[in-house]
Amino acid sequence: MNMLFSLVWTATAETLVMVFAAAFFSLLLGLPLGILLCITGPESQGGIIPKPVLNNVLSRIVNILRSFPFIILMILLFPLSRIIVGTSIGTTATIVPLSIAAAPFVARIIETAIKEVDPGVIQAARAMGSTTMQIIRKVLIPEAMPSLVSGITLTIINLIGYSAMAGAIGGGGLGDLAIRYGYQRFRPDVMLVSVIVILVLVEVVQVIGNKVSARMMARR
Amino acid sequence: MRQLHRSYGTIRAVHDISLDIPSNTIYGIIGKSGAGKSTLVRLISLLERPNSGQIFYDDKRVDNLPKHELITQRRKIGMIFQNFNLFSSRNAAQNIAYPLEISGIQKHEIDKRVAELLELVGLTGRGNAPISTLSGGQKQRVAIARALANHPDILFCDEATSALDPQTTHSILSLLSDLQKNLNLSVVMITHQMEVVRDACVHVAVLDDGEVVEQGKVIEVFAAPESSTTKDFLAHLAPLVEPDEVKRDDMVRWSDEGGRFTLRFRGSLTGEPVLSRIQKRYEVEINIRAGGVQRVSGEDVGTLICDIIGEPDEVDKAVAALQLSGILVEEEEQKR
Repeated sequence: MNMLFSLVWTATAETLVMVFAAAFFSLLLGLPLGILLCITGPESQGGIIPKPVLNNVLSRIVNILRSFPFIILMILLFPLSRIIVGTSIGTTATIVPLSIAAAPFVARIIETAIKEVDPGVIQAARAMGSTTMQIIRKVLIPEAMPSLVSGITLTIINLIGYSAMAGAIGGGGLGDLAIRYGYQRFRPDVMLVSVIVILVLVEVVQVIGNKVSARMMARR
Repeated sequence: MRQLHRSYGTIRAVHDISLDIPSNTIYGIIGKSGAGKSTLVRLISLLERPNSGQIFYDDKRVDNLPKHELITQRRKIGMIFQNFNLFSSRNAAQNIAYPLEISGIQKHEIDKRVAELLELVGLTGRGNAPISTLSGGQKQRVAIARALANHPDILFCDEATSALDPQTTHSILSLLSDLQKNLNLSVVMITHQMEVVRDACVHVAVLDDGEVVEQGKVIEVFAAPESSTTKDFLAHLAPLVEPDEVKRDDMVRWSDEGGRFTLRFRGSLTGEPVLSRIQKRYEVEINIRAGGVQRVSGEDVGTLICDIIGEPDEVDKAVAALQLSGILVEEEEQKR
């Protein structure tokens, strides 16, 4: 029992590290990409600097990356992991493909959230003489914040799922635990506990995300 | 801002419009939806560039400014909108602070200016209110304060009262009139509401299908509308809501029948016994069906709906005489 607890505890910590690091890096990549997707889009959808060609190219890239099955993308990205963190197995190595796999998803979510900002408000900001950067920083992001928080919540939940899958090809964390102990060593108890912990994590993230988003809306 | 000339030839949205908007007054631009008002306001507020034509503020050409200068120029323009377009992520005071923030003004100076502005629009103490807790009228007041934050010379009002009820419209219009006088602003009101033009504007341009069909002083345009668009607007004009003044603008109707002629009298003419003089001079009888007086920019415009009965020859002469004495006569298509 004690061993099971320590196994699950370590795996949970690994999963949390993977998920939150990947969330951070995917946001770092996805946020600018999402904003760029939105502001270079058609003017009727909040595009403040319409650039149809750039928008099309970015959009295609995002779609291609998003339609890749995650497991395959991860295998393809092994060399990149090796370059960046020196290894292609384990918790740290998984963060690289996780971040890159989630980035296009984050970009789309951010784009959608920002497109919801009232075009009238953007027009007002432009009419007052805002620069493009000022509109992004002081108008688009704050106005879209509740949707952005919901989107980030969704991203984290997705990453929990992805990180479990990463266990199948040498990632760390709860997915790895479930596969190596639960499946390969016939330990249904380990499998069950791993799954329950994953469910609890998803639920906790969802509840916190909803609370934060709702509180932001309430203050408006 | 003294003179503003424009002539555009865009894809029919706004077609070859030239206007000279005098400074330090309230100028109305009226038109139905689709007449090109929104395009026009986007052009003169420098949100869009015209395909051809020029825009001048005072003597400075502004339609072809490079991006950086364009942004600087926009900061000298105030603008308010039908849907207020306030930032929901900011409270009232932070909304007003926005144009100051983007101009790089120091924090303590922003606070001082915001307090001034809140007082100016009658919202002292409501600075911390989230936007969603404000009423329509209060939202428009916040928007006005935000538009005036950077001391603009010109304020564009794009359908600013269209989303408000008549009473709130009235209070916003009087606020705008006061601000115009106290701050020496030039105000341009774009609207589809004739009431707004009547109650607040000194000059008016009537827009239809992307072109200016009529322009001039409000009093003159109201008394002698030339285009069918203007007449249409006047026909649907709701009674004036002026609680302080004696209510005397309702048309009093004695009879629902007849009324071939509509006579419009202006200002000083209202006092002269023109009708009885005409009746004595020609072989006609004038039968008044309805009448009323409307107050337009401080001047009275009288309207009478009547029949002129007599030999066709004599009626024609009487109508000519009426027109000669400065009365506008509109004749309805004769039903025989």
